[in-house]
Amino acid sequence: MRVRVEIHNDTLSPWEELASHEQATAELKGRIGAAGVFVGTMRDFNEASDVIAMHLEHYPGMTETHLERICAEAGKRWELLDTLVVHRVGEILPAEPIVLVAVWSEHRKDAFEACRFIMEDLKSKAPFWKKETLTDGSARWVEKNTAGY
Amino acid sequence: MTVDVKFFASLREQVGCEGASVEIGEVATAADVWLAAAGGKPMPPNVLVAVNMEYTDPNREVKSGDEVAFFPPVTGG
Repeated sequence: MRVRVEIHNDTLSPWEELASHEQATAELKGRIGAAGVFVGTMRDFNEASDVIAMHLEHYPGMTETHLERICAEAGKRWELLDTLVVHRVGEILPAEPIVLVAVWSEHRKDAFEACRFIMEDLKSKAPFWKKETLTDGSARWVEKNTAGY
Repeated sequence: MTVDVKFFASLREQVGCEGASVEIGEVATAADVWLAAAGGKPMPPNVLVAVNMEYTDPNREVKSGDEVAFFPPVTGG
């Protein structure tokens, strides 16, 4: 199973990212029967406040290793051909994509379930932290993620 | 022995530094490292601990040269 994990400061264009990734993994064409894709984007409100920007921080080294491990674990639990995780860090504005998780497999059950598994593990365990800037210019750390299940 | 300490996100702001090289006794846990590095501030109950980039328990013993990181609950995605 292939695994690709990327964390970067640049704007994330998930659909372009998927197209170029599929081009680079053309040898899997014909074997793939399902692709499960999750894209998380930034909202302009949170906890009853309007949010105008967000800063996303990570732990370089640990975050990448952790995500690679999540993908490897998914590969043990489901029959997967390829996994891709791309996550933004740095300054992010409302409506901008934050994260892309994509999983390719022969059958839909594996793609659906593994994509969800990777995303939920990322939300609950991968070392990332968000700091929001509100309309009055004040900033606050997001203290916890909502439960996904 | 010496260990490298890192603080992330809100903990970095609370402690007032992003990390330091800390001298500590030969037998020490991650929690001892916190006390030595955080200027006597008690460790908040929800703090996550990683040694050499692996999640671990605050009671884990550390070794010379270890990288000991403290951070708040994660909020990515």
